[in-house]
Amino acid sequence: MKKLVQLFAAVFVTAFALMYIAFHLNKAEGYSGHHTLTIYNWGDYIDPKLIKKFEKQTGMKVIYQTFDSNEAMMAKIAQGGTTFDVAVPSEYAVSKMKEEGLLVPLDHSKLPNLKYINPRFLHLSFDPNNTYSVPYFWGTVGIVYNRDMLGGKKITSWNDLWDKDLRNQILLVDGAREVIGMGLNSLHYSLNDTNKAHLREAKRKLDTLTPNIKAIVGDEIKMLIANEEAAVGVVWSGDAAEMIAENEKLDYVVPKEGSNLWFDNMVIPKTAKNIEGAHQFINFMLDPKNAAQNAEYVGYSTPNEKALEYLPKEITDDKRFYPDFTSIGNLEVYENLGKRMLAYYNELFLEFKMHRK
Amino acid sequence: MKHNTRNVYLIPYVLWIVLFVVAPILLILYYSFFDIEGQWTIANYKKFFTPIYLKMTFSSFWYAFLITVFSLLIAYPTAYLLTKTKHKQLWLLLIILPTWVNLLLKVYAFLGIFGTYGLANAVLEALGVGTKQILFTDFSFVFVSVYIFIPFMVLPIFNALEELNPSLVDAARDLGASAWTTFRRVVFPLTIDGVKAGCQAVFIPALSLFMITRLIAGNRVITLGTAIEEHFLVTQDWGMGATIAVFLIIAMAIVVIITGNRK
Repeated sequence: MKKLVQLFAAVFVTAFALMYIAFHLNKAEGYSGHHTLTIYNWGDYIDPKLIKKFEKQTGMKVIYQTFDSNEAMMAKIAQGGTTFDVAVPSEYAVSKMKEEGLLVPLDHSKLPNLKYINPRFLHLSFDPNNTYSVPYFWGTVGIVYNRDMLGGKKITSWNDLWDKDLRNQILLVDGAREVIGMGLNSLHYSLNDTNKAHLREAKRKLDTLTPNIKAIVGDEIKMLIANEEAAVGVVWSGDAAEMIAENEKLDYVVPKEGSNLWFDNMVIPKTAKNIEGAHQFINFMLDPKNAAQNAEYVGYSTPNEKALEYLPKEITDDKRFYPDFTSIGNLEVYENLGKRMLAYYNELFLEFKMHRK
Repeated sequence: MKHNTRNVYLIPYVLWIVLFVVAPILLILYYSFFDIEGQWTIANYKKFFTPIYLKMTFSSFWYAFLITVFSLLIAYPTAYLLTKTKHKQLWLLLIILPTWVNLLLKVYAFLGIFGTYGLANAVLEALGVGTKQILFTDFSFVFVSVYIFIPFMVLPIFNALEELNPSLVDAARDLGASAWTTFRRVVFPLTIDGVKAGCQAVFIPALSLFMITRLIAGNRVITLGTAIEEHFLVTQDWGMGATIAVFLIIAMAIVVIITGNRK
């Protein structure tokens, strides 16, 4: 018994000693307080050269950590115990985090570069005065298709997916709002429709699409479409850009009935230790030249109007990723429909998944 | 004094069971009585008895049953042959080896093997059968699940066969029983405990499979496990997720009781 106690005591003492040493080492290297900035972003979603440049400019040390879903990111921030100074949630996550009090309001006087953002991307429903968030990248939901596999047939609308020739050729992304939204859009309803009769109608319409659907998958969709496992995919524009880079037979279209417009945004979470530095970083990323460099590296569409001037013409003229807003009927941003409505969307989605061929 | 020390040694185990077995189950039960807005309700239980969840329960049981049956059909002869081989431990190791590889990696590998341009279709093409859709079918789902669960079925059956006294088999043969009768009347009844343990080790986790349903079955197979994952991660409807978990726990308890030893 005595030995057991001694053993436990020894383990505890060693652990605390190591923690103490680690704490001091970190301090010596400047890993705490005002000399570091911890950024919490999606994987491979920033040009690493920009981080180097920022470090050089400000003398701060940047720690870059990544997440792969909004839910995981929110859970980690809500739990506390982390020191993330800047995070990059999607728009629906922003409104959720706002509701749960996980965000620090931005000081706009410290963000002079905000003026370069295209006004069409400001004051959106998820954060009306941009009190908490600044847009980072934006995109759409649309259809990616393989020209060769479709034999020259063109896809321009959601309703084209119901074509009998596409039997077993469509992959869908595993997202309730994307898929139900597609059903709603194909019936010319709003993506934020809360009328249950409309939603059920959309679900019934989606059921008739089942013979054409090969699978409903997650991130694997990029690999599967690029490998020509299926001819058509319903995806986010950013993923489409990645697939097109891998397989040039692919093309992307924003369906003419309308679709979703999404945003990833920079915010300062409650866990921030270096709020001053966080503002500096956000302002740095809003700088047109930096934003252009970042957009070129990541391949998503930048909301920074001035940055477009620094981007090559073949990027900014690509109507697939910088669409002409007048030509597309209605691009809608997801509104926070409340937990109950969202649960209803998910229930319909689950029922749709269970509908057998 | 001696009595006291014995109780002290008991503390870690009691703590372990309370913290990691009893408390989580009670928490699941507790959460199952709340709706999405945190109001106390029994609506979740009513919802479970709607066609959609009953259908899901049925399909979970059906697929878990298929997976268990196929695993058993493959694992029993394998284990039997293993006991007859020279380097038993080596062969056993080779069967267990795949369990050292992360499950997700193995599943991802099948995405490549079963794909339209994958190995399986290349073989079918060479045989003149032609390319078939293998990925995202019931077949691929059951196949990959069986592949993953086989080691858990082989091990207990192998152990049971090892413990079998060979003189009993000799006695049966001496008394004129045919090979099949010997197996049916002697070997199988004496290894039934291993079979039961194996079935438990396969059926119970198979009931709540979820990653494979998306990666290999492309969400064409929806099990209770998928629904739990969805409710906890996407819908954030912890109440409904917990309710499904409660029914899964009850189902598993029933399975354990049915296949349990009645000695």
